[in-house]
Amino acid sequence: MHLMVCGGTGCRASASDTIEQKLKNKLEEKNLENDIQVVTTGCFGFCEKGPIIKVLPDNTFYTQVSPDDVDEIIEEHIIKGRQLTRLLYKDPQKDETIADAKDMGFYKKQLRIALRNCGFINPENIEEYIARDGYEALGKVLTEMQPMDVIDAVKTSGIRGRGGGGFPTGLKWEFAYNNQSDQKYVVCNADEGDPGAFMDRSILEGDPHSVIEAMSICGYSMGSDTGIVYIRAEYPLAINRLKTAINQAREFGLLGEDIMGSGFNFDIQLRYGAGAFVCGEETALIHSMEGSRGEPTIKPPYPAASGYLDKPTNVNNVETFANIPVIINKGADWFAKIGNKNSTGTKVFALAGKINNVGLIEVPMGTTLREVIFEIGGGIKDNKKFKAVQTGGPSGGCLTEEHLDTPIDFDNLLAAGSMMGSGGMIVMDEEDCMVSVAKFFLDFTVEESCGKCAPCRVGNKRLYELLTKITDGKGTREDLDILRNQSNVIKDTALCGLGQSSPSPVLSTLNNFYEEYLAHVEEERCPAGQCKNLMKYIIDEENCVGCTACARVCPVGAITGEKKKVHEIDPNLCIKCGACMDKCKFNAIFIK
Amino acid sequence: MGKIKSLADLKNMKEDLRNKVELREKSDHPESLVQVKVGMATSGIASGAKEVYNYLSEELEKRNIDALVTQTGDMGYSYAEPTIEVTLPGQEPIVFGWVDTKKADEIIERYIRNGELVDGIIPQNYETIDDK
Repeated sequence: MHLMVCGGTGCRASASDTIEQKLKNKLEEKNLENDIQVVTTGCFGFCEKGPIIKVLPDNTFYTQVSPDDVDEIIEEHIIKGRQLTRLLYKDPQKDETIADAKDMGFYKKQLRIALRNCGFINPENIEEYIARDGYEALGKVLTEMQPMDVIDAVKTSGIRGRGGGGFPTGLKWEFAYNNQSDQKYVVCNADEGDPGAFMDRSILEGDPHSVIEAMSICGYSMGSDTGIVYIRAEYPLAINRLKTAINQAREFGLLGEDIMGSGFNFDIQLRYGAGAFVCGEETALIHSMEGSRGEPTIKPPYPAASGYLDKPTNVNNVETFANIPVIINKGADWFAKIGNKNSTGTKVFALAGKINNVGLIEVPMGTTLREVIFEIGGGIKDNKKFKAVQTGGPSGGCLTEEHLDTPIDFDNLLAAGSMMGSGGMIVMDEEDCMVSVAKFFLDFTVEESCGKCAPCRVGNKRLYELLTKITDGKGTREDLDILRNQSNVIKDTALCGLGQSSPSPVLSTLNNFYEEYLAHVEEERCPAGQCKNLMKYIIDEENCVGCTACARVCPVGAITGEKKKVHEIDPNLCIKCGACMDKCKFNAIFIK
Repeated sequence: MGKIKSLADLKNMKEDLRNKVELREKSDHPESLVQVKVGMATSGIASGAKEVYNYLSEELEKRNIDALVTQTGDMGYSYAEPTIEVTLPGQEPIVFGWVDTKKADEIIERYIRNGELVDGIIPQNYETIDDK
């Protein structure tokens, strides 16, 4: 028999470690320690009802257990075999208690569609993919469906592009289908570049065949025999697995000529990107594939009309493709029922930042930020206070506490001043300075701007300088107005999606955290205590005993004072390294 | 393996492969074959999954345990890498997180040999497409 005690940070914070210790003590007392094992587990993803204990093999799921319940659990459940009804989860709607964890599926907020095989199959073995219905969607499409049926299915499913823009995938396929040409191309955009995002990499590394299958399906529907995966060279493992998968698919006759006797030919090549963020923009991506500089061009013409080598081209993101075989196999209506009306299906997110369960998750559209961050994500690290979450990477914005209960979908995130983006989610706590966060993303955009249009090339640089001025404590109120105006100008005039969205982090932090900007410019103060140039190390006259320890460690000689007399820090010399504060035994140095 | 020439071919192959998996589970040494999957995407490997993979393959053989060790993709638990999934014959798979060679040794000796669970289990907190 096993007692599984949740050791997730949320449960730990409500004394699951005390519970665990008490359980062990009590079992020893009863001489049961050899028959019954107490083990710690990772997060159950049900932190709202923690601490959680699951009893095996009978699968009893106890919620909100307190250390005082330990005796009763042992006496009643373990010794007498009677469940403690009062600790079972009570379904709020039905007012029934649920005893068996098998019936607790509803608390599982995640649904894995794009990640269905990721972490299950061996990505380097096509047989494992086939055993899990792999290539059956392709077979079905080739033998039972006309190209237009496929496009209709994708349209009915309601799936929208997972790379960021959220354009309806079915429509994109239809445009490419309608443009007649002797040659068309299917392109998979695997140029994932948002800081902290690794959804596409994981799919390619864990389930490369799903992308190959979907590209073939797309090729059949739009009338193309050539697929190209544009993948960043910094993803060597993904490249290797993809190559292995393509070779295996060829061996099995699932790529190449006359696939499954249908007369349809399709093959896939790889192109490596050198890691420019702008190449995730489809026109820039196409130019890069052609061997030109990775610079975007004005649309129209859209790639569906004139793309790679001026031929009709359809570009979809990795995650979008990974959903396609399931849409065909399970049906468009099945897929359309998941999620919200205008945002169907699921979305993969990479959780990063100040969150306990950093990792990859997939939730139905319409799940709230609160569920993602506090349930699946296990809450904020070290029990700090949640401040904001950045979605959409450098092109998105931050969402705050007031947005926590907003269902996540394409339209809601846009309305809240951010965007879905490709799925990076960076969580920030009370110790993060929002001006610095905006500066961090601007630094990224300035670095990644291709330089073709002035608003992005020059405007972002000026924004960055203004932000630096503010974090240095030299900003003024007028600077905040300039910041806002200039951001709007860039948004309205930049050439491509990168430029148009680059001021978003500035605008959204200005809108949500104006007070924090004001504190920087009017009081020369950083409320989060992050901006070094606004910090002042000060010696407390009452606590200082004049031991000289601080003066001896100061690397720049900024501290002066006689032995046994109060010392002083010269703010003009101080480099805010904090060495003095670490050294002081009398708590006489503080930051203002 | 020959080429797949039709949808029927593919379906037959799928059945064969599924049977093979079942055979793997049921015949030969049904009472003893242990299946271990090691999460080996970039994040897993960066946290030491390769070392764990090698250790498990070598040690299970040395200790005469009939086991099949394979690699798989990212299970999603970046906070608990390296992660491995162990399936004992006839039982539900169990995922263990924070697996280094020391933990792997404990898993072999305690869980695989004796069926005792050890610390670091990651509960499955998602639904799959088969559940829906």
